[in-house]
Amino acid sequence: MPYVPHSPEEIREMLDVIGVDSVEDLFAEIPAELRPKSFALPKGKSEMAVLQQLGEMAAKNTTDLTSFLGAGFYDHFIPTAVDALSSRSEFYTAYTPYQPESSQGTLQAIFEYQTAMARLMDMDYANASVYDGGSALYEATLMAVRKTRRRKIIVSEALNPIYRVMLDSYTTNLNLELVTVPHNHGRTNVKSITAAVDKDTAAVIVQNPNFFGSVNDFTEMFAAVHEHKALAIMSTYPVMQSVLKTPGQMGADIAVADGQSIGQPLSFGGPYLGIMTCSKALVRQMPGRIAGRTEDEDGKPGYVLTIQAREQHIRRQKATSNICSNQALCALRTLIHLCLLGEEGLRRTAILSVERAHYAAERLTAINGVEMFTKGPFGNEFAVSLPVNAFEVIDKLTERGIIPGFPVGRYYEGFENVLLVACTEKTTEEQIGIFAEILRGTI
Amino acid sequence: MKTVFEKSVPGREGCWPEEPKSKIEDFIPTELLREEAGMPSLSELDVVRHFTLLSQKNFGVDSNFYPLGSCTMKYNPKFTEVVAAMPGFAKLHPVISQLKGAGRHCQGALEVIHETESLLSELTGMAAFTMHPMAGAHGELTGVMLMAAYHRDKGNKKTKIVCPDSAHGTNPASAAVAGYDVVSVESKDGIITPEALAEVLDDEVAGVMMTCPNTLGLFETHLQELVEMIHEKDALLYYDGANMNAIMGKLRVGDAGFDIVHLNLHKTLGTPHGGGGPGSGPVGVSERVKPFLPISRVEKLEDGQYYLDYDAPKSIGYVAPFYGNFGVYLKAYAYMLRLGREGLTRATEGAVLSANYMRKRLENHYEIPYNRICMHEFVASAVEQAKNGVRALDVAKALLDKGHHAPTIYFPLIVKECLMIEPTETENKETIDRFIDDLIEIAEIAEKNPEKLQAAPLTTSVKRLDETKAARSMVITDDIK
Repeated sequence: MPYVPHSPEEIREMLDVIGVDSVEDLFAEIPAELRPKSFALPKGKSEMAVLQQLGEMAAKNTTDLTSFLGAGFYDHFIPTAVDALSSRSEFYTAYTPYQPESSQGTLQAIFEYQTAMARLMDMDYANASVYDGGSALYEATLMAVRKTRRRKIIVSEALNPIYRVMLDSYTTNLNLELVTVPHNHGRTNVKSITAAVDKDTAAVIVQNPNFFGSVNDFTEMFAAVHEHKALAIMSTYPVMQSVLKTPGQMGADIAVADGQSIGQPLSFGGPYLGIMTCSKALVRQMPGRIAGRTEDEDGKPGYVLTIQAREQHIRRQKATSNICSNQALCALRTLIHLCLLGEEGLRRTAILSVERAHYAAERLTAINGVEMFTKGPFGNEFAVSLPVNAFEVIDKLTERGIIPGFPVGRYYEGFENVLLVACTEKTTEEQIGIFAEILRGTI
Repeated sequence: MKTVFEKSVPGREGCWPEEPKSKIEDFIPTELLREEAGMPSLSELDVVRHFTLLSQKNFGVDSNFYPLGSCTMKYNPKFTEVVAAMPGFAKLHPVISQLKGAGRHCQGALEVIHETESLLSELTGMAAFTMHPMAGAHGELTGVMLMAAYHRDKGNKKTKIVCPDSAHGTNPASAAVAGYDVVSVESKDGIITPEALAEVLDDEVAGVMMTCPNTLGLFETHLQELVEMIHEKDALLYYDGANMNAIMGKLRVGDAGFDIVHLNLHKTLGTPHGGGGPGSGPVGVSERVKPFLPISRVEKLEDGQYYLDYDAPKSIGYVAPFYGNFGVYLKAYAYMLRLGREGLTRATEGAVLSANYMRKRLENHYEIPYNRICMHEFVASAVEQAKNGVRALDVAKALLDKGHHAPTIYFPLIVKECLMIEPTETENKETIDRFIDDLIEIAEIAEKNPEKLQAAPLTTSVKRLDETKAARSMVITDDIK
């Protein structure tokens, strides 16, 4: 039987030591009435047959289209060494590092990841990652509720709608008040958000660049938020964070992101990772695993999981959160990717992506009837208004081998003609040219 | 070993993309930009060597025996990595499924989701599954949210969730995070009795969270009676699937009356855990909880096409941005196809056989608090050794020196000097015997030469680490502002 090494003789010897006649005797405590009513799983297959079957299923997916899809998840190039190093089995077949002396590889990598994330966001501290960008936002929200003991959360409508629906689900049973402040033609409505903050507000949540790609400065708004003793939570896009004014500079208390864009394949939605960073004052409210530096008996530096007194396995129902698994291997991939690119490589990735997006914006808006929807500065993603329904355009262009972007009307009523277009350093000018020409011929 | 930041040399070339034609200032005003981000600058070989050396300071299942109780660290076959890396899966953008008519571009992925859910439903006897939860504890939270939605829909006013004192710490934490008060039920001789449950089970109980076999490795022998009592109060019964490896083919939790179950695919179904994650924690439900499952669900049309159904008015909504950790459960799907019904049953039998063999061979050397037939894991205690000053922690560190990862220690909390041991089905008899022999030798040293154990480990890359100092000084980045 695959992966079970016991030979019949060994099974006999082991049963004799236990003092039972058969393996089935070991299950005698499960009464007959509780035994499975059916167990109609298919018969096992050879490795070759399974690989063939899965290969055929993979081939039913289309991955050879030129894609301008983003919406928070981006197709950046992953250096080959990321796969080579993260697939070392000492990393990927290990568990949570409960025995630090035999887990220094994982622990030091987490410590370095925490440092890299804190620097990228320009915040004091980071944890060892949570599930994804959306759950990071939800955990950040709960941090603010615990810290301020208030229940009102103000959310910008220009925050990724996928995260807004997640926040709705998670807070249903928690007696929190979510107030959504409408966007203003794709811009985060700083004035309205600032006006909505009051003494009951636990936090405001904004995104930069926002869902429509618009780049913002929230410094003044965050100062106003702090005057009301509320917290400022900012969702970011980590690649762009190498060039943009930082959450730290703007005065954010918590900065989160989805780390997919640095080191993770798109993989139909996961595994990704939630990046979570915060100011010094909030570190004991931060959920999840954290690696800390210490010394061994000889004074040699080493790493352990630390400040665990906040965690579920010690505090149980009083724990800061229920998080147990993080996304350690994904965090390792993000760290390796960052190390391979380095300061210069990460900046180039960001600038190339922005350069291509601005070229795309120029080419698309040269078409009659296509106008910029995103106003003001933008990064590697932007929205355009089309003279026709965006869903239809996507449908037609997909037939021609191009996915032109994401239909904003999918989440924003009344914006059915708006198309969200993303570029990365992988997008070529030639692809953009073909996209523009086909679009011109379609509308 | 120096960190990557300490090894960084400004100007050293990494794996750079081509040079942009423009400057960032050409597109975005200076006041919206930052200075340097402080990323390290290294050569590709610097990076390769750094992480290769780091990996060598780690124990993984491929290098060492990992009998970490309640974590099921079995061997994960290699071919599933190839499956997850197939470009047809790895390059697929998740929002492609949300474009008009674009379900046709991800039929293979939707089929994987649908088929994985079907196999898990048959494995557990549940009516339906969702693959969205991204870890076991995330599955628990989803499960508790499902309980809340069920009671809200019925107009029930319920405020409490019952967890046994032997429960995984995530159970009470998940219940509390979802807004419930947590009530503990005490176990007697290692299991829950109807009498103890009756004391805490009132009309305000929304649900009971159980692990069966429990964290002591024992089957809950009063299970049928407990199920009836719980359902009589219109409370829901939750099954923590961390110990699923003990019952495949022997018990289906749906048939036994459970309403909600989460599985830890990284424990039971052959997906490696990556040093702490990613995991995958799909949740199965009985028929009456099905309307509340997260959005969206993959459905199959009569013509064999798959589509995403977003029309679920009673749903708890979104617990994940897309379809959970797709790349992880692809591996579990391939693993289930490979093993099939006989293989999965055989895995459970092997795990239970090995655990009982180990328990029996150790019983004259360590205290075994519940010394009877166990399931896939059992609890030993170092209380005898502690009389000589050798605690469970010392035994654990001595095992590291012998080349084994240590068992889980000091959990469950109700056993003193606890060592929770889970050999799994994939370890051969020589490895198991060597581990037993090493534990027996450690017990002998504990009698004659206890201070030798207190100094362990000596063979790992660092000696025993000061965890108190770490918590006090709290150095958690390379540079604190």
